Amino acid sequence: MCGIAGIVNKHDGRDGSRAVVERMVSLVSHRGPDDRGIYEDDDVILGHARLSIIDLAGGVQPIHNEDRSLWVVFNGEIFNYIELRQQLQNDGHVFYTHSDTEVIVHLYEQYGDDFVNYLNGQFAIALWDKKKQRLLLLRDRAGIVPLFFSQDDQRLVFGSEIKSVLCGIGRKPAMNIAALDQIFTFWSPVSPNTLFEGVHELSPGHIAIYERGRLTSRRYWDWQFPEHGEYEAAGEDALADELHALLVDATRIRLRADVPVGAYLSGGLDSSILTCLIHHYGGVPLRTFSIGFEDDSLDESGYQQELIDHLGAEHTRILCRHEDIAARLEKTIWHTESAILRTAPVPMGQLSGLVHEQNYKVVLTGEGADEVFGGYDIFKEAKIRQFWARYPQSECRPLLLKKLYPYLDLSGGRGKAYVQAFFGAGLEQSAAPCFSHIPRWTTTSQIKMFYSDESRERLKADAVDAIRASLPEQIHQWHPFNKAQYIEAKSLMGGYLLSSQGDRMLMMNSVEGRFPYLDHRVIEFANRLPPKLKMKVLNEKYLLKQTMAKYLPKSVLERFKQPYRAPDIPSFFTGSTPEYVEEALSEDALDRSGYFDSKKVSMLLKKIKRGNAVSARDNMVFTGVLSTQIWHRLFIEDFESNILNHA
Amino acid sequence: MSIKQDIKTYILENYLFTDDDSQLSDSDSFLEKGILDSTGILEVIYFIEDEYGIKVEDEEMIPENLDSVESLVVFVQHKQGLKAS
Repeated sequence: MCGIAGIVNKHDGRDGSRAVVERMVSLVSHRGPDDRGIYEDDDVILGHARLSIIDLAGGVQPIHNEDRSLWVVFNGEIFNYIELRQQLQNDGHVFYTHSDTEVIVHLYEQYGDDFVNYLNGQFAIALWDKKKQRLLLLRDRAGIVPLFFSQDDQRLVFGSEIKSVLCGIGRKPAMNIAALDQIFTFWSPVSPNTLFEGVHELSPGHIAIYERGRLTSRRYWDWQFPEHGEYEAAGEDALADELHALLVDATRIRLRADVPVGAYLSGGLDSSILTCLIHHYGGVPLRTFSIGFEDDSLDESGYQQELIDHLGAEHTRILCRHEDIAARLEKTIWHTESAILRTAPVPMGQLSGLVHEQNYKVVLTGEGADEVFGGYDIFKEAKIRQFWARYPQSECRPLLLKKLYPYLDLSGGRGKAYVQAFFGAGLEQSAAPCFSHIPRWTTTSQIKMFYSDESRERLKADAVDAIRASLPEQIHQWHPFNKAQYIEAKSLMGGYLLSSQGDRMLMMNSVEGRFPYLDHRVIEFANRLPPKLKMKVLNEKYLLKQTMAKYLPKSVLERFKQPYRAPDIPSFFTGSTPEYVEEALSEDALDRSGYFDSKKVSMLLKKIKRGNAVSARDNMVFTGVLSTQIWHRLFIEDFESNILNHA
Repeated sequence: MSIKQDIKTYILENYLFTDDDSQLSDSDSFLEKGILDSTGILEVIYFIEDEYGIKVEDEEMIPENLDSVESLVVFVQHKQGLKAS
């Protein structure tokens, strides 16, 4: 990965913008500490911070075509660049480097704007066509690599991270309160929103073109599912063979690098499968990294060790203690550039720090498998609620929820009415696209009681309406399981797991993550599968498990799925509470930012100090309010020192 | 303080995060108003068991007994009456 940044001016470009772009690049130097490059002409300035992974000596960006009429800055990897390069050379294109970046300019020459369809990779691309005076911005299909932009009537500013864009804009930013409301509903803003007013992300699978001062964008790829049940008809064995071949290839091409490649090993099924594939097919030594927790209920070290013993990997584990999270939250928010409702990203930043210390720049991760193959509890929950909705009076059907949430004691009527009230909400709308996610969103939304009157007044739209408006028309023709998958991929995965908990936590330590399960061929294959092969009764990721069972120890294959979590409130109150927490949640700071009701926050702190704040809601609101306050200080109050005058 | 005021203060402070009495009427449904979820009700049960020395039986964990300040007051008084007798 790398960092990119740039400005396209509608009028005279040589107005001091170069120095601005240099600062923009400097702000994302953690994404690319190895080298920097700038291209400048009368209309555009492109900047690049390089993390050298392929063609270490020759891949310095910006990179151009034969006659220097096309210039590109690029963050990411084109995994099929070897094959593309060969084809392009056969067609007469002349290369001057061995980097994957160079295929972009030649592919554009060959195929025009549709060149993106030939790429297998993770990427944010800015391509300047000097002859046509147009800039193309492109982002990969799943949204692994970030890309943000802002435009006014004078120019377009873009960058890998929002801090660069803010620097390019040069004005103190304001919060996009609608995006905060979306985070406090879905855990992430609805794309293309960001928490900053006037700064947008380029949505996954989109291409934007800036030409003659006008920006247009279109979707070039999306998660598509069969309509009216027209699924892949091949038998289970044949599908398993196809899946196996796809995953082997998706893993193999993601090991392409001129530096060593490692892997994250959580101890869960998905990362275990990946490490097995690397071990059997990668042709490289297996080097793995993991994180452990003091709290046994969060720690998966036992499963990690079992697989390490099974495969004989060289493994390094780091322990995340409560005080590590407290000490790292501010730095984490500097990189997420967003409020977060759980501290779970923090240990991921600690883990990438370990990888960096061990002199690794690239890791493969198992992220994406749960979305692609249907692994999350929310899919099971939705399936049970669909089953229940067929006969809402049933006493027995909701009892299936106990299989999913064993802590729900439904025996003898204990708490049953409450469980039914919670999971039974909206049963009459079982065909609605958002049916699967309504209980989760309703629960999360309860934390909005902490909004200040001012925030309530500023909020004009309902968050759920925003996500409904973003859904494709054809979703109504999809199976309920696929509807849930789409929403999960577009909300939590794209806006949170791949960003706040993914790219941002990796790149803060100059580490590139690669995601074989999010190879678009794997996604497209899985999307054609009948839902029953993803979840057989309530057995999640059925076909994936069947396909990969031969590689895995039985205990890993059959283990209870444990969601990745980190301690929230206990991280800040087990020992002494850090000063910045007291300051961020003080009445003065809360009144200055104005987002939250300072009296309510004060009551929450009292509850925490009494030791009574144990619920998921208390933990979410604490983390949400604290991270928003830190965000406000870092990006708004300290804008001049942190962004504008960044050295 | 009375049982009613104790319970009301507990709900206000711990779930509505306010000391403003007007935020909660005695008959407000905790479920309908989203004040408590299924784990929140367990915390309330711990509270009344500890505070009033009563034991809530499985079959008593129903909204009729636990879903508002006034239903909780009636329930606690009923249990205390049983205990005294």
